[in-house]
Amino acid sequence: MSLSRKCAVVGAYEHPTRFAPDKTMYQIMAESIRGALDDCGLTIKDVDGLLTAGMGMGAMAIVGFCDYLNLTPNFLDSTNIGGSSFVAHTAHAAAAINAGLCEVAVVVYGSTAASSRFAIGTGGGGGGGDPCDQYEFPFGPTTVGAYAMIAQRHMHDYGTTPEQLAEIAVTMRLHASMNPVAKYRDPITVEDVLASRVISSPLHLLDCCIISDGGGALVITSAERARDLKKKPAYILGVGETVRHAARGQRDFLEIAAAQSGRLAFERSGVAHKDIDMAMIYDSFTITVLATLENLGFCKRGEGGAFVSGGRLRYDGDFPINTDGGGLSSNHPGMRGMFLVIEAVKQLRGECGPRQVKDCKIALAHGTGGALGTRHSGATLILTNQ
Amino acid sequence: MPQDKSPKAYRKPLPHIDEESRPWWEAAQRHELYIQKCRDCGDLRFHPRALCTSCMSARTEWVRCKGTGKIYTFTVTNQNQAGGFRDSLPYIMAWVEVDEGLKMLTNIVDCPPEQVKIGMPVEAVFDDVTPEVTLVKFRPAR
Repeated sequence: MSLSRKCAVVGAYEHPTRFAPDKTMYQIMAESIRGALDDCGLTIKDVDGLLTAGMGMGAMAIVGFCDYLNLTPNFLDSTNIGGSSFVAHTAHAAAAINAGLCEVAVVVYGSTAASSRFAIGTGGGGGGGDPCDQYEFPFGPTTVGAYAMIAQRHMHDYGTTPEQLAEIAVTMRLHASMNPVAKYRDPITVEDVLASRVISSPLHLLDCCIISDGGGALVITSAERARDLKKKPAYILGVGETVRHAARGQRDFLEIAAAQSGRLAFERSGVAHKDIDMAMIYDSFTITVLATLENLGFCKRGEGGAFVSGGRLRYDGDFPINTDGGGLSSNHPGMRGMFLVIEAVKQLRGECGPRQVKDCKIALAHGTGGALGTRHSGATLILTNQ
Repeated sequence: MPQDKSPKAYRKPLPHIDEESRPWWEAAQRHELYIQKCRDCGDLRFHPRALCTSCMSARTEWVRCKGTGKIYTFTVTNQNQAGGFRDSLPYIMAWVEVDEGLKMLTNIVDCPPEQVKIGMPVEAVFDDVTPEVTLVKFRPAR
């Protein structure tokens, strides 16, 4: 049974806030849901499926959020696999709708990561109840450090340079300069990235995503119902998700979850790599982008450095990515997967103004959750307006 | 118990030792490094588990490591706000591949940050950080 073209993202809303000390997390989520429903012309009364995850949300939080919103959905999913969760939620919503478990599903995220001063990337402290933590946390792993170790190995094996990684950050900032709600909009150069302080070698400050507040929501329904709504539907063509971890000590660290989730998404969508007009690639760090593009198969392993060079990733380049400015410059409220799907939908609708990719018909979103250098999830989604 | 604020107090996170990991941590206290081997399929594994992570057999053998290996990858950490680490910057995080073939997350010690390299031969050192806990770290092989 294929999910291809059975369901569509019909509503998408990115909360414009980047710093909201005056709002609660749930308020940002509620405002995001209202925005996404207004976007497609549905109301909260139409919603019978709810999917969410959040850094500040503990066990059973989705039940509390239903109380907050006075919702009694027929389908609930609070899968939390890190920042990629909302890409996976989009797939799960489509599967649930296709199976008849609900008709109109909302995926939502909200966070006050910046105003609550979460040390997301460099707060390598305690550790939770995960049995793996006892073998890792005593040594002081940080999120940025776990990604830095992937970059270090990639540079060693393939000669990838700091300049090549820096170009990714420079391109994201160019895109942010065309996004009125992006947090950092002043242009930067490769030299600026290399001159910024090294947080965890070989990654500099400007190789790292920002920390912001923010939120967003998506409305997903059947392709049939999508036809009567306000905006052009973004049909779901293919999905995939999985994890990579230490693999009992036997892992090849440059092989990441995207290799498997991407293969699944392409197989299920029936489209080829050359058909992808733009991609939204989780950019927690510059190396995340390079490793993801290789593992999704847009270039061969080891060729990522050359692939991201020469302006290829610009909105007007051969392979545009992260046209909103990405987590590196626009927003990163802890978990960014939501915004990958929102911007992909906006591109497919032609709503992106100066940063619009020409003739955008098929878009890919790939979320990474957790840390590439220890354990992480990957979720891939392929969407079309055709 | 009131928190020990003396300069000697160990402030970094300590492992939450459980029933599956206790023999491994006890060996570390004896300054011995072990991995596990499945008696049925022969697969090697680290971290310690009750069941084989390849075939789910419960028949497990502990294999003592020589204690030598090579750096697979590393990072020099210059920023970590967490207590304990904030005071010991910069420090080296690494995945070390031990000679038995498995990779372990660890710290490289007794090595200036500017000299650490991928492929560098290293040897285990046993850091008795508290009376109950010994951490297995690595230093450049001598």
